[in-house]
Amino acid sequence: MRPFWRALRRNQLALAGGVVVVFVAVLALLAPIIAPMDPNRYDVKKILDAPSGLHPLGTDQLGRDVLSRMLYGARVSLAVGFVSVGIATAIGIALGSLAGYHGGLTDAMVMRLVDLMLVFPRFFLLLAVLGFLRPSIWTIMAVIGLTGWMSVARLVRAEFLSLREREFVLWSQSIGASAFRIIWRHILPNAIAPVLVAITLGVPAAILAESGLSFLGLGVQPPHATWGNILSEGKDAIEIGWWLSVYPGLAILVTVLSYNLLGEGIRDALDPRLRQRVGRIVSRRR
Amino acid sequence: MLPYALRRLVLALPLLLGITLISFCLMHLAPGEPTDMGSPDIPTTSDKEMRDRLRQEWGLDKPLHVQYWNWVTRIVQLDFGRSFSPDARPVLQKIRERLPITLLLNLVEMMIIVALAIPIGAVSATRQYSKFDKITTVFVFVGFATPDFWLALMLMILFGVQLGWLPISGLRSPTWEYLSFWRQQWDFFSHLILPIVVATFGGLASFSRYMRQSMLEVVRQDYIQSARAKGLAESVVIGKHALRNALLPIVTILGLSLPGLIGGSVIIESIFAIPGMGQLMVQAVWERDYPVMMGNLVIVSLLTLGANLVADLTYSLVDPRIRVAARRSRR
Repeated sequence: MRPFWRALRRNQLALAGGVVVVFVAVLALLAPIIAPMDPNRYDVKKILDAPSGLHPLGTDQLGRDVLSRMLYGARVSLAVGFVSVGIATAIGIALGSLAGYHGGLTDAMVMRLVDLMLVFPRFFLLLAVLGFLRPSIWTIMAVIGLTGWMSVARLVRAEFLSLREREFVLWSQSIGASAFRIIWRHILPNAIAPVLVAITLGVPAAILAESGLSFLGLGVQPPHATWGNILSEGKDAIEIGWWLSVYPGLAILVTVLSYNLLGEGIRDALDPRLRQRVGRIVSRRR
Repeated sequence: MLPYALRRLVLALPLLLGITLISFCLMHLAPGEPTDMGSPDIPTTSDKEMRDRLRQEWGLDKPLHVQYWNWVTRIVQLDFGRSFSPDARPVLQKIRERLPITLLLNLVEMMIIVALAIPIGAVSATRQYSKFDKITTVFVFVGFATPDFWLALMLMILFGVQLGWLPISGLRSPTWEYLSFWRQQWDFFSHLILPIVVATFGGLASFSRYMRQSMLEVVRQDYIQSARAKGLAESVVIGKHALRNALLPIVTILGLSLPGLIGGSVIIESIFAIPGMGQLMVQAVWERDYPVMMGNLVIVSLLTLGANLVADLTYSLVDPRIRVAARRSRR
């Protein structure tokens, strides 16, 4: 662990990313305390006020304080990011380890499923599902998670394929350990590094997906504030209220950028050789 | 070559069936039905009769597997059915109106991305850690992190609202009919500039990154050293020997990234109010227009599978190693 920290500390970009990640998380946690106003209190006398001392980031069409709404929106974005990546990682680990450990028919079936999901235009799938289910924060998390597990499954499978040939697996098998025990206790801990990196790089992808869906009106529904749906209101007021469009987008940009920098930093620090294996994830999501 | 292509085609069929089966089940298992739409909140008997009649007409009263089987048997005869929306037009006709503009946008976008990403990636790899490389790396990271709809909004505010240089929605100005021929062309073109810029931005970041990585791997190979050793000019070594091999993975990635590009046009089309496939899909989802949704999915999946196939074939055309491996495995 020590060389890991040393390597990470030397990477200033990753450190900066980490600081911003923590900062945004603290802001989101403390939103009820530090938000200057109630995010849902409207005021007809203050419709679309430009940024001022009272409202540092201005107000929206209903006279609500944009800064407060963005602070509460951060909670939604981060929650969706982490939970959906959690779901994706759980599915990816389960299927990837089964495929990699057992090989043969299991492997073929899982990999065909992965192929199918990759060919599926993801956004169309998201749209189709969310159009029919009542869009809420829970369905968003589930849907983003259920359509995002393929890269984790591939990574885990690749790790398992090489790890299962190692001698410690043979030894465990020879003393009669069950497949589940071997996968869970012996192989998985050795394959955890790429998964960790996949998680750090998956969170920003999920945040982007959520904001896109909320922007289309298919995400978290108003009056609950998210960065995406503030932007979508900003689009309607594009001729008057630039501040409604500029700030939430900047928040997304900075947050996603920081997670990516931190993720790349962790990857390089864990194992420079991972660069090539995990590098594909970052670009795949586009 | 031909047997390989045929085998790939045969393999693509179950994939297509799987996609349609999954989306069919998702659509029908989700709560709500097309017949719920547009009916008033207070159900009356005539309302119920009306609903039953519609259900019968659309075949929604049959069990799910029967419905799917009926749909498949019709689709293989290229009968996409009629839309559930009040105009009840054939789905194929609706798609035919929308497809050209989406294809045009995606093709132009793809060409710009390829034309820019390959030189950018190649140069930043051959001059690793130079100023150019650092600048492009920053650009790549910012490109990954920028939500495309936000970029669209910013450009709309800047060029559309503040400067007033470019139109921000639709494909034609209201005065289009009264313009001269060349003015009409410019009008159409100017409507496409912002959508294309936005759509290109994200793809450019990831492709130049890929190209850089691929080039970095290639220039470390032994044969590049030997090309240099035999006294070839550096421009020939990089431009000919290295570049060609670095391009190989890019071909596959191009094919793989197509679903993303087409999916991305959902957001772009809805922001810029472009009447394309993405907009049609969003509309169909809101109206629960099953036939339009399924038709849309089939067309998009076909395009994606087709592009993947072409990418694979091109790959084996340009890389002799793959052909050799395929021949060996057959023996």
